[in-house]
Amino acid sequence: MAVKKAPEKSNVSKEELLTFYREMLLIRRFEEKAGQLYGMGLIGGFCHLYIGQEAVVVGLEACTKDGDKRITSYRDHGHMLACGMEANGVMAELTGREGGYSKGKGGSMHMFSREKHFYGGHGIVGAQVPLGAGLAFADKYKGNDNVTFAYFGDGAANQGQVYETYNMAELWSLPVIFVIENNHYAMGTSQARSTKSETLFGRGLAYGIAGEQVDGMDVLAVKAAGEKAVAHCRAGKGPYILEMMTYRYRGHSMSDPAKYRTRDEVEKIKTEKDAIEHVRDLLLGAGLSSEEDLKSIDKEIKEIVNASAEFAKASPEPALSELWTDIYA
Amino acid sequence: MAVEVLMPALSPTMEEGTLAKWLVKEGDVVKSGQIIAEIETDKATMEFEAVDEGIVGRILVAEGSAGVKVNTPIMVLVEAGESADAAPAPVAAAAPVAAAAPVAVAVAAAPVAVVSKASPDWAAGTPMKQMTVREALREAMAEEMRGNPNVMLMGEEVGEYQGAYKISQGLLDEFGPKRVVDTPITEIGFTGIAVGAAWGGLNPIVEFMTFNFAMQAIDHILNSAAKTNYMSGGQLGCPIVFRGANGAAARVGAQHSQDFAAWYAAIPGLKVVMPYSASDAKGLLKQAIRDPNPVVFLENEILYGQSFEVPDLPDFTIPFGKARVWREGSDVTIVSFGIGMKYALEAADLLAKDGISAEVIDLRTLRPIDYDTVLASVQKTNRCVTVEEGFPVGSIGDHLASTIMQRAFDYLDAPVVTCTGKDVPMPYAANLEKLALVTTADVVAAVKSVCYR
Repeated sequence: MAVKKAPEKSNVSKEELLTFYREMLLIRRFEEKAGQLYGMGLIGGFCHLYIGQEAVVVGLEACTKDGDKRITSYRDHGHMLACGMEANGVMAELTGREGGYSKGKGGSMHMFSREKHFYGGHGIVGAQVPLGAGLAFADKYKGNDNVTFAYFGDGAANQGQVYETYNMAELWSLPVIFVIENNHYAMGTSQARSTKSETLFGRGLAYGIAGEQVDGMDVLAVKAAGEKAVAHCRAGKGPYILEMMTYRYRGHSMSDPAKYRTRDEVEKIKTEKDAIEHVRDLLLGAGLSSEEDLKSIDKEIKEIVNASAEFAKASPEPALSELWTDIYA
Repeated sequence: MAVEVLMPALSPTMEEGTLAKWLVKEGDVVKSGQIIAEIETDKATMEFEAVDEGIVGRILVAEGSAGVKVNTPIMVLVEAGESADAAPAPVAAAAPVAAAAPVAVAVAAAPVAVVSKASPDWAAGTPMKQMTVREALREAMAEEMRGNPNVMLMGEEVGEYQGAYKISQGLLDEFGPKRVVDTPITEIGFTGIAVGAAWGGLNPIVEFMTFNFAMQAIDHILNSAAKTNYMSGGQLGCPIVFRGANGAAARVGAQHSQDFAAWYAAIPGLKVVMPYSASDAKGLLKQAIRDPNPVVFLENEILYGQSFEVPDLPDFTIPFGKARVWREGSDVTIVSFGIGMKYALEAADLLAKDGISAEVIDLRTLRPIDYDTVLASVQKTNRCVTVEEGFPVGSIGDHLASTIMQRAFDYLDAPVVTCTGKDVPMPYAANLEKLALVTTADVVAAVKSVCYR
């Protein structure tokens, strides 16, 4: 994996590190619980877990301000939790209940929150890229300085519409940050088997879009890169590409046995690069937190996640009349 | 030997044009390839080049002449020393204009007279003005853009080129490049951007040069625009209009000649409009721009240049889901929409001469469909023929036939007959293309069959 060494020294505060720890842990525990509920048959259909990639979205959310927008693919639970959506509402959507963000009508891949400026949750690979540029188009049209984060994977990076979007985003100087979450596998196809491009961000150079590759397992590196990208966009300089080198620990979806990679490869990343362990080491190593402090956070997160599971089980299925609502605004 | 230079066809659908300007005069020497005239089509002013060499012997059509039919001799080229006397006599500038005017009126007058009895779209006595479908669409967009700063137009050639079919002519000048956005040729990309912009608070109008090209963007029309309000539990409606030419033009072959009405009408979450007249084009497009949902607005290139009477009202809209009864009748119900209405109305005229009284209904919107007006009519006439240009399998006519069978079976005295385009890709050859399209004769034959005549 072509990741750079994490910057060990940084001027990050204890509070910020603890926030990162808490938010990444929430995503991981939430996803583990979702996997468990899937196994119990409480969650149906497709369910794509974000475990391993937590640093990407948590680091970038630390760069946002009110009014900034985000849009992503079907691997979206982490993005929702990171932008402040309630665990209860996300989990209840996974179980298809009325308490879910889409009243049970969207499911894992299709959740939205206007309030939190989360625009999905899109099941068609790559579609979120022009949609995200469109959100940025609206902000530019209205003359504010908000930015949009359009997340997509290394798989989506081969879709033609991504490049149509690059072209117009640069042409019109749209305030959009294209975040390529490069977890190295488009479902079961490794990057090496799908492209000869050495980097994915480098393709943007052909359209005049600045970008860089970032260690997406290091939340501090992610945040630093994110701040640079956000400043670029807010200054009206147009789009920016961040290629986040990351890794997904689980299969593509719940039904993927992940036979396309070795157990050793996965274990090596987990041992050497885990994003949560990294922050944990920073906190403990610098004496900023004690084991006890972190245990109490673990406990707190576990309680939030367990409560969300209970909520998602207890929330009723949508009323049958809901079949016919919301077709039109 | 004298050569007649003929009025050229400068677009696939051009039947006549204006000879805007002569760039040569009698006695001038003309070289092959030299620009000799400017000719205004319904879409653009084109330069017209000489093919042959010679001396301008006689100019037959004066500049400024409108309504000059394609293939009319407009000039005679002679060789040195040759006389142009053998050529046809010149035509005065005023003549073609006068000849053209009654034609335009005739197109508009017949239907409008009927409408005033049957349609409550505007109050009796409302002042009317004559307008082409093209002008009506432009006026609808301009009015809505004046009224709402978040309405903007995006598409290929909508700005500086003034619209591939001149629908957006003048809008760039009035509203500027921020609101009239020329895009690269990149349908899936700009459609996705427009849908995102709608979620971000704008009211985009996306012009597809033709709906054939919208196939490149169908994912965003269906999966992104149409479904998201439902998938978000009502949080994220998409106020956007997808508009452009749909259906066959003339002689442009299979990839550019397809009616997508039934495709889009199948999708919950979309609204689908397919106007025939200029008044409907205007009133329904204004309504579409105001609608908080994605609206697919299917226009027709052949209808763009046709004139109709439009109510001269400051803010004229037509609600969706309300059919228009163009002609009342008692023997058979003919249901159509879009350019199909042309054949339906022509057939009704011919049938009247044979003593068959046809009621002609224009659905105008295909989602929602005004079933009630159709069913009430069928209950009265007991017979129904549908007319559309699209393919026969899974057509709007099929859907209506099924609906009528399920909801008015006991009223039917004959099976519902669906007139559609033929089940073939559109051929290029003129004779085959004619055969592939639905015709007035098809409609007449279908009505006679359901009337057992």
